[in-house]
Amino acid sequence: MADLAAAAGDLTGRGGAGFPTARKLRAVTDAARATGRAAVVVGNGGEGEPAAAKDAVLLARSPHLVLDGLHLAGRAVGADTLVLAAAHAALPGLDRALAERGDRARVRLVGLPDRFLAGEESALVSVVDGGPPLPRTKVPPVRERGVGGRPTLVLNVETLARLALLARGDDAGGHTLVTRHTAGPHGRVTDVAEVPVGSRLADVLPLAGARAVLVGGYHGSWLPTPVAADLSLDRDSLACAGASLGAGVLAALPADRCGLRETASVVAHLAAQSAGQCGPCLNGLPRIAAALELLARPAPAPHGLLDDVHRWSGLVVGRGACSHPDGSVRFVASALRVFAPELAAHAAGRCSATTAAPFLPVPGGAR
Amino acid sequence: MSERLRVDPVACTGHGACADLLPEVVRLDEWGYPLLAPGDLPAGLHRPARRAVAACPARALLLDRLVEPGPGTGPGQTLPGQLTGSAQDRAPQW
Repeated sequence: MADLAAAAGDLTGRGGAGFPTARKLRAVTDAARATGRAAVVVGNGGEGEPAAAKDAVLLARSPHLVLDGLHLAGRAVGADTLVLAAAHAALPGLDRALAERGDRARVRLVGLPDRFLAGEESALVSVVDGGPPLPRTKVPPVRERGVGGRPTLVLNVETLARLALLARGDDAGGHTLVTRHTAGPHGRVTDVAEVPVGSRLADVLPLAGARAVLVGGYHGSWLPTPVAADLSLDRDSLACAGASLGAGVLAALPADRCGLRETASVVAHLAAQSAGQCGPCLNGLPRIAAALELLARPAPAPHGLLDDVHRWSGLVVGRGACSHPDGSVRFVASALRVFAPELAAHAAGRCSATTAAPFLPVPGGAR
Repeated sequence: MSERLRVDPVACTGHGACADLLPEVVRLDEWGYPLLAPGDLPAGLHRPARRAVAACPARALLLDRLVEPGPGTGPGQTLPGQLTGSAQDRAPQW
């Protein structure tokens, strides 16, 4: 355990929350010792965010690296059960990889439903236990009582791959995967790249002609292009701009699109993907989404609507079982900041976009 | 030893009994869900808090006993403070 935690160094989780991996390893080891129950390790490939593709690419291209990490983590925390959870489409490939290494009996594969929150830690545990993909309250935490009521280590699949690389002294342990969305001649171009942590954002994502930059995906933040151009892809630099890498989604919004229109269609999706369990999220997100739909139109919005959005945002933060409401209103707040000039233009009946075609991927398309 | 109220957001159905019984530290938002004053429960409110916990039809109001006083509750701080959604001081998560 000490070895892997030491090898992990300052590695942080690549699933979105960015929690230090070594601390997770220690916490689950301690919980297993305290309860006298063997731990469970779950590799989390539940990439519910429509704009994210890096975990799917990793599982398709390098499943053995993920499985190596899963075994190492299992050994480190003394687990007797290893689970790898991913989208149903990824399972046949993973099953082949398990067969190649004679591991079918050692690792259980679990298919996840195509929901935004399916990869949320406690929702994932519920699915592994045969339940619905719904988050639960974090008392007691999953690290103490997760799968089957046992201490459970949940690590994103890229985090597992990084652990495997770090454990064998590979420099790529310090890299990170990003999903990039940029404008191409025939619409949006999406790809996945592996880049060193600390790369200049402008070297990773072409920013020429971008109206704004989305960092961290749909629970992340919009940034003005000149601000994004000065940032590097590390925790501290991004934090200075109020952003974080999240699950590694980067998007350069082309100048011919409307940031408010993009935000409204994403937030409509986020509201629809709420688990609907917690009152403030259930009530707040649909109201915020409906207000953004009005603000996205080049027409005067009802008086006080913007104030409503800010008040509703304050009412959902920190009041859900999971971080879905918090992440969603962080995204909304950044849009209202960065696209403030566009808000003023819309209020005057104008929109500076020249096409209404949606840029960011949203299932079912923009409304 | 100090105590702190907590709402289980999944269990809570917005019945509102907590705000009726414990208006000193619980208010309802515009959708009827409870907002708690941040920080530890003031010492004099132990009994009404126990009553409110017992009266919650959804069993969603919980009273946690803390061995160590939580952050941001130094001596001299008066409660209730500002009631905001983000002020519940949830336990850190990963």
